[in-house]
Formats: sequence, C-alpha cells, structure tokens
Amino acid sequence: MSNALSILRISNLKKSYGKNTILHGATLSLHQGEIIVLIGPSGGGKSTLLQCINCLAMPEEGEIFLHDNRVDLQSAGELNELRQKVGMIFQDFNLFDHLTAVDNITVALRKVKKMSKKDALCRARRELDQVGLSDKASLYPAQLSGGQKQRVAIARALAMDPEVLLLDEPTSALDPELVGEVISVIKQLAGNGMTMIMATHQMSLISTLADRILFMENGSIVEQGTPQELLSSDMVSKTRGFCERLNEISPEDL
Amino acid sequence: MELSPFYQELLPSLNRGLIMTIALIVPSALGGVFIGIVAGTLRAYGNRITRSIGNFYAALFRGTPLVVQLFVLYFGLPNIGLYLSPYMAAVIGFILCSGAYQSEYIRGALLSIKRGQYHGAQALGFSFFQTIFWIIIPQAVRKAIHGCGNEIIYLIKYSSLAYIVTVMELTGEGKTIATEYFRFTEVFMIIGLYYLALVSCAVFILKRIENKLYIPGFGYNR
Amino acid sequence: MHFDLSVVIDSLPYLLQGSAATAVIVCCAMAIGLVIGVVMAVGMVYGPRPVALLLSSYVWFFRGFPVLVLLFLFYFGLFTFLGLNVSALTAVTLVLGMTTGAYQANIFKGAMLSMPKGQYKAARALGMTQTQAIYCIILPQILRMSIPAWSNEYSIILKDSALAFVIGAPEIMARTQFVASRTYQHLPLYITAGLIYFVLTWAGVLLLEKLYRKVRIPGYSQDGFGQ
Ligand SMILES: Nc1ncnc2c1ncn2[C@@H]1O[C@H](COP(=O)(O)OP(=O)(O)OP(=O)(O)O)[C@@H](O)[C@H]1O
Ligand SMILES: [Mg+2]
Repeated sequence: MSNALSILRISNLKKSYGKNTILHGATLSLHQGEIIVLIGPSGGGKSTLLQCINCLAMPEEGEIFLHDNRVDLQSAGELNELRQKVGMIFQDFNLFDHLTAVDNITVALRKVKKMSKKDALCRARRELDQVGLSDKASLYPAQLSGGQKQRVAIARALAMDPEVLLLDEPTSALDPELVGEVISVIKQLAGNGMTMIMATHQMSLISTLADRILFMENGSIVEQGTPQELLSSDMVSKTRGFCERLNEISPEDL
Repeated sequence: MELSPFYQELLPSLNRGLIMTIALIVPSALGGVFIGIVAGTLRAYGNRITRSIGNFYAALFRGTPLVVQLFVLYFGLPNIGLYLSPYMAAVIGFILCSGAYQSEYIRGALLSIKRGQYHGAQALGFSFFQTIFWIIIPQAVRKAIHGCGNEIIYLIKYSSLAYIVTVMELTGEGKTIATEYFRFTEVFMIIGLYYLALVSCAVFILKRIENKLYIPGFGYNR
Repeated sequence: MHFDLSVVIDSLPYLLQGSAATAVIVCCAMAIGLVIGVVMAVGMVYGPRPVALLLSSYVWFFRGFPVLVLLFLFYFGLFTFLGLNVSALTAVTLVLGMTTGAYQANIFKGAMLSMPKGQYKAARALGMTQTQAIYCIILPQILRMSIPAWSNEYSIILKDSALAFVIGAPEIMARTQFVASRTYQHLPLYITAGLIYFVLTWAGVLLLEKLYRKVRIPGYSQDGFGQ
C-alpha cells in the first residue's frame, strides 16, 4: 500500500501489561476515507490496539505517523495534538457525568481548542442536530438512554474535527432496540467520507461499511483483506468462520 | 421587660463564648478541609509510601478520641518542652482530627471517579492539568460535598471539647455560670440551643450549596 | 522534662481495667440505641404523621446538641431535676444510648426508604399484616444493610465515651487522668490511652466487617464497607 496517501500509519506497535504481551507488533496504514473493521474473539486485543493508536494505552514500542509525520510519543504536547486529530468512541460512552449533553461537547472545544463560548455553543448545537439530539442538549448523562449517550459521544468527537475516528464496539453496551439509532449515525458518518477504524461485531456494519477487515487474535492481526476476499464462499478463513458464528447469533442483521 | 440578674449575666457571657466558638470553628474547618484534600489526594493517587503514610494518619486520628488528642497536645507536649496555648492546642487538634475524616471523603470521591472519565478527556486531547481541573475536580467536589459538610457539622459540636483544655467558649462560659448559680438544666438547655442554632444554620447552608451543585446522577438528591 | 516509662508499665493494668467500664458503657449504649433506633425508624416511616414529626424532633434535638453538653445537661440537670439518682456510669450510658439512638434511627430510616416498595407490597399481598411485613421482610434486610453505618456509629460512641470522665465515670480516660495528675507523665500516659482506644476502635470495626460479610445475602450487597 502506498504510504503517500496514508492519513494515519502505525508501525510495529507493541504493548504489554506486566509479563503479558497483549499486542505483538501491529502495523497498518489507513488512507483518506477508508473504513477498517477490527473483529476477533474477546480478549484478542482490539481495544488495546485502538487505545494504543491514540496512546490512551502507551505502546512500549513502535511508531505512529500522522500524514507521514512521526509523532513523538514522549511529548505530551504532540500527544494531545494527536488525540485531537484522532477521535475516539468508547464502548461505555465515557460522557463527562457532571456536564450536560451540550457542555460535554463545548468543554473540549473551549478548553482544548480555545474556542469562544459562543462559537463552541454554536458548533455543539450543530453536532447535536446531526445526531438528532437537539432537544436533549440540556440533559445530563444520567438522564439519557444508552443510545442517546453514544450519539452525544459521537457528536462530541466529531466537534473536534477529527481526521480519523476510532470506534471501540460502539453498540455493544446498548440494549438491542437502541442499536439501530447508533448504527444509522455511524452509517451517516461513513457516507460523509469519515475515515474510521472500528471494532465491532455488528454484522450489518461489517458487511456494509468495511473497506478492509482485520481479524485479531491473541494480540496479532492474523488475517486482513476486503470483505469480498475474506467472506467469499470459496475461501476458508478465520474471518469467515467467525462471521458465520456471528450470523447464527443474529442472522437478521445481515 | 427586665431580665433577672441571672440572665443578665448568662446571655452576655454565652454570646462571648459563641464568638470564641466561632473563632475555633472557622480556622479548624478551613484547615481540616485543606489537610483532608492533601491527605485524601495522597491516599487516592499517591505512590505506595505516601499512600501508607496517609492511611496511617487517617487511621490514627479516626481511631482515637478527639479528647485524647487534645490532652496529648495540651497536657502531654509540655513533657517535651512544647507549650501550646489552650486556643492553639484546640485548633491544632481540631484541624488534625477533622482533616483525617475529611481525607476519607475526598479519597472516596476521587476513587469513585471511573477511569473512563480520564480516558474520555484524554481522547479529546485534554492535557493532564486540564483533565484535573475541568473533569476531575468538578466531579469530586460534588461527590465529597455531602460528607465534608457533615464533617464540619460534627466539628461545630465537638468544638465544645475545647472547654476541657480550658478555652472559654460556649460550653466553658456556660458551665462557669451554671456552677455559680447552680442552675444546670436551664443553662445547658440554652447552650444546647446555641449549638442547635449553629448546626441548623450549617445544615441549611450545606443544603443550599448541595442543591446549587446538584446534577442528575450525582449522589445525594434530597 | 524527664520520661518515666515505668509509670506507664506500672499503671497499664489499672488503665486496662478502665476499658471494662468503657466496654460496658459502649455495649449498653449501642444496645439502647439499637432499640430506640429501630422503633423510631419504624415510627418515622410507617407511623402516622404526628408521631413521625415527634420522633423527628427527638432526632433533631439529639443530633444538634454536643455530647458534652448533653452529659452536663442530663447528669447535673435533668436527672437531678427529675429526682433520679443515677451514677455517673449509668448517666453516661443513658445519654450515649439516647444520642446514638437518634443517629441509628436515621440510619435505619434511610435504609427503609431505600428498600424497593415492592418488598412491602409483596409481603402484604401474601396476606401478612403490616407488623409481620415489617418484622419478617423489611427489618431483616435493613439490619444487614445497616451494618457498615452501624459500625461507624460504634466507633463514634466508643470515642464519645472518653468524655465520661468529665462527670467522673471511672473509664479509661478518667483513670489515665488520675495517674497523670499524680505522676506528671502526661505525654506517655495519654498516648497509651490513645493506643487502647485505637485498638478497641479498629478491633470493633473489623469484627463488624466480618459480621457484615458473614450475613451478607449473595448478590444483594450494598457494596463497600464505607468507614
Ligand atoms: N489495563 C490492563 N491491564 C492488564 N491487562 C489488560 C488491561 N487491559 C487489557 N488487558 C488484557 O489484554 C487482553 C486484550 O484485551 P482487549 O480489551 O484489548 O481485548 P478485546 O479484543 O477488546 O476484547 P473484547 O472483545 O472483550 O472487548 C485481555 O486479555 C485483557 O485481559
Ligand atoms: Mg474491547
């Protein structure tokens, strides 16, 4: 793959907790508008990989390039910059519990991006509108449903104008009837050309959005390819076996 | 209406005592909260050594009666050549004791803030200090305020122990007159009402602050 | 400035005998408080409005007065006024019992209010009387739930009992003060007294924590042994 086009590139990221090596040198590059889906068994290291990409979990080895500029992982300033450009959506939302929906969005705009109060508010309202929550702006996280929380979290990340969005199982903490509203927001993002890396087991996201699938197991990327390659019926792949099992659980999603 | 000589003497001395009581409470409350924040933070986030020092401090002062602490400060320290005035002994004792209890609430509040809140902030590019200032402190304050406020209310009542180390505050002033006139029930009833008024004021103010800071999802919603 | 640690060693048995008096005060006060607390909590939650109001003012009164003032008020004032001739030890026990009763009432009331309403309704739906529902269904649950707060109350009352010496009850503090005034070894003696209290406090708290874990209903734990 040509590096020239890559918007984000990681090379040989390694991470261990104590004696356990969780990530055995992950390498991948991502170009503008591409959507990569991470799948694999639980404990395979998907969350760890995503958190290493924006250094929420600091990798012990490896390099991260943003637009082919190497990010100095030792510099707090460069890390904060990286994190502004690489948005993240968490499985359990991580909305700030003491701030209303709209303030969850404005706080980073004002404190990190140093926007004026007025501009931040204006931007936040626009993002809330995008995810269909303008009427919930003044509610606190404790007053929102899971699906609404996740949509606020997405709006919060988007307001920072990220170039890449990392999504860690954005729908798996949600009740089944709330999954749909979050999926449609994500699809809308994809339609707008957002570059994403997403860990998910939601077949409807995998089959319709993925440009490339990465199958992770025991801390390594063991297979990767387009959905056509990995899921075609004449191919024997771990990915295909895994997805078939997913389908057995929720066949209606396909 | 003319007050009897007894009341003419009682009320002014109780008012004098009240002023002394307030002079005890205010610095003790402020000092206690300050020590509580320092010790609580060390106990929650410190390394192993500072954590165990903090835990030991809290266990020591929460495990012994305040009156013993005051006796050590006022009657004990002269044994090693350290003389504290009654007022200083009382205030230092109150600060140390109250700080130990406050640290418990601060520590609890800090530990109850989930990791996700830090992650959420970091993922948006907040620096360390921005995270502390805009995310952690506002949440910790709301989680700790109820306990810390209650601790100050305890402090108001326990300030009466200053009498035992001869500070002439409400209880001391009252006891003198009660003994002089031999009218214990009345005097201590009135002193008690003074404290009740102080406590009720503090409860009222605390409620106001709690309501003002109230946010859905944060603890005490009454 | 001279230290005579032999004074501490010599007087230790004498001081430790004081802990018997302290133990009696604390145990009786906690028991009195438990009875007052449970009865009052039931009254405040399930009783008619005037009763609830009366009980709340009792709580308000005892929570607003400092223990020291209550001791003076009752021992020198009210008990004499009422013609009761009680010993200092009894007076301390009664006063601490009534005080902790007020606090315990609040603890149990809080626990009762936090119980899902369904528990009470289900009991009544099975044909239990109100009393049966409270005694067989509600109380067993809230007593378990309240152990952490109760242990906190224990540690407060134990430490409050150190004030008993002001009216001359012969517990740890009174004895320490007695020895100290004779030997002038205030510092080592009060530190020793402090250590005795320290051990009593944390031993009691640990014991109650054990009890809490033992009677805890699986899957139904109000998490955390707070204090
Ligand atoms: N902070 C941590 N300390 C120690 N071990 C950790 C930590 N975080 C993750 N691990 C371990 O790393 C391994 C990979 O975890 P990770 O969360 O990345 O898996 P995952 O693929 O996201 O799984 P899931 O589908 O369950 O979310 C697991 O075995 C986990 O126990
Ligand atoms: Mg995961």
